[in-house]
Amino acid sequence: MQHDGSALLQVRDLKVHFPIRQGVLQRQVGAVRAVDGVGFELARGETLGLVGESGCGKSTTGLALVGLIEPTAGQVFCEGVDVARAGRAAALRFRRRLQIVFQDPFSSLNPRQRIRTILRAPLDIHDVGDPSSRDERVIAMIERVGLRADQAEHFPHQFSGGQRQRIGIARALMLEPDVIVCDEPVSALDVSVQAQILNLLADLRSELGVSLLFISHDLGVVEHIADRVAVMYLGKIVETGPRDTIFSSPRHPYTELLLNSVPSLDPRRRHKFQASSIEVPSATSKPSGCAFRTRCPLATAECASTEPPLSPRDDGRALACHNR
Amino acid sequence: MSQAALTVRDLDVRIASADPPFTVVADMSLAVSQGETLCIVGESGCGKSMTALALMRLLPQGVDVARGSVVLGDVELTALSERQAEDFRGNRIAMIFQEPLTALNPVMTIGSQIAEAIARHRGLSGREAWSAAVEALRQTQMPDPERRAGQYPHELSGGMRQRAVIALALCCEPQVIVADEPTTALDVTVQAQILGLIRQMQERHGTALVLITHDLGVVAETADRVVVMYAGRCVEEASVEDLFDAPLHPYTHGLMGAIPRRGAEHLTEIGGTVPPLWKLPQGCAFAPRCPRVTDRCREERPPLLEYRPNHRAACWNVHDAA
Repeated sequence: MQHDGSALLQVRDLKVHFPIRQGVLQRQVGAVRAVDGVGFELARGETLGLVGESGCGKSTTGLALVGLIEPTAGQVFCEGVDVARAGRAAALRFRRRLQIVFQDPFSSLNPRQRIRTILRAPLDIHDVGDPSSRDERVIAMIERVGLRADQAEHFPHQFSGGQRQRIGIARALMLEPDVIVCDEPVSALDVSVQAQILNLLADLRSELGVSLLFISHDLGVVEHIADRVAVMYLGKIVETGPRDTIFSSPRHPYTELLLNSVPSLDPRRRHKFQASSIEVPSATSKPSGCAFRTRCPLATAECASTEPPLSPRDDGRALACHNR
Repeated sequence: MSQAALTVRDLDVRIASADPPFTVVADMSLAVSQGETLCIVGESGCGKSMTALALMRLLPQGVDVARGSVVLGDVELTALSERQAEDFRGNRIAMIFQEPLTALNPVMTIGSQIAEAIARHRGLSGREAWSAAVEALRQTQMPDPERRAGQYPHELSGGMRQRAVIALALCCEPQVIVADEPTTALDVTVQAQILGLIRQMQERHGTALVLITHDLGVVAETADRVVVMYAGRCVEEASVEDLFDAPLHPYTHGLMGAIPRRGAEHLTEIGGTVPPLWKLPQGCAFAPRCPRVTDRCREERPPLLEYRPNHRAACWNVHDAA
């Protein structure tokens, strides 16, 4: 991916390796390569859906991006500026521009704090505006996400799951960020409530022009909300491109498998799901070459020896496969 | 329809230990025949899991069947003693749970757990029971079943654990299987394998399946008939085709509109949240969230009526009844 300064956010070759330690001395005997060279761009106002199954490294990518996990390697550019080299003040400004919404609205809000305190904290920490105006901003945001002003004095346990996720979104928006990393924001919610939250995110996105990195295992949700999609498998992006391209004509055998596994919503057009079992490798037991080759119907000897690079194709997608 | 393998009539399940006691499943009736799949669909707290546990006679302490009947073949399950129920459970009616790790005993190998069930219900002993257990695992297409039988649950992946749970449920060839969110904890590619497996096993043995899920996609893939539950009651019942073609109840309509899909700028929202079961509104429980609500809905609970052939709904203002 060429860096041309037009992207709001550009991530290059991001790696997060967790050491495996053993023995009395806790010597490092290996590493789990949870994220192993991930790169993508995000334009202003754009939503990139990062999809994959458990353990593919999609959440770790999001956490590393917002600084909640130290990346092992990689560069992040914000409007062309390398965040790591721009100095402390610039790094802090970057943090402000990038916020996160977590999956579990139950464990990501401090149960002992009132909503007012939770939502004020980002303003206090970053010293935004004068202190007397902060409560007003909190109230305005509470109403913006569809709650009532008087609920500012309530505690998290007094809210339902969907309402708590509204609070999580409000917290992420307090600092008027450019990018929100949404880590499975609707996975814990029932479908009727999930629709409320997805609609709220879509409204906020068009109203505020905020970009979303939308991390999810749910292909239906990503197909609904994303402009572009990146499919991850064991720490790497294997296929990426515009939403319609990926969902209408997947090319990577893993993307195909994923899309063919999604239940159909038409009882007259059911899938022929196979009962057969193919063992799924994990990040600790990653196959050589292409990590997907053990499950791939197209695998050849080349796939075992050489890892296919993520290379751009004519139709606007990039693909990491020797045989497609 | 062939003869029902399982018939439930007017079932009420009550939290008797609460003060005051309240009902979590009310007026539930359903029937499922051999080889047929009945899906019960609904959101958290609608009573679908309590219904499953009631069928299995596995209700937790303080929860009881207040009314109604559950007939398996020609036996009234609610009338059985605890000991008789144990003989039925696993043998004639078996359950597949959502979370395979909690459904399996962590300190027994999966082979011995299955062999134990076989020994108890089929009267096989020792080596015979063990080889029957390995065979049950092989039928679920467990890779390398001889070796896996000697392993503990924590040594298996999520998909393999669910295969072990299915082997355990099927090893005594029950007439009815109750599966409570059997694929919810699994990745989508593994879910596809497990749904394929359940379908294959059902075809092979002609088992009647009651499948409980929150996922309308799983319903569309598996169901013959569907019961939609809301706040402890059946609000709609139909064949899967009729339900997806033309849902009658506004709640079912809302659920279908809420499914994320490409091209939909805005999804249908069902405003508000499910009311707590201990303070249900008078009248229809869905009334406070319903876009078609009228005064009558707030006062009088609508009965489950047949608006089209074999298609029932509990609503005063159903969609396009004709």
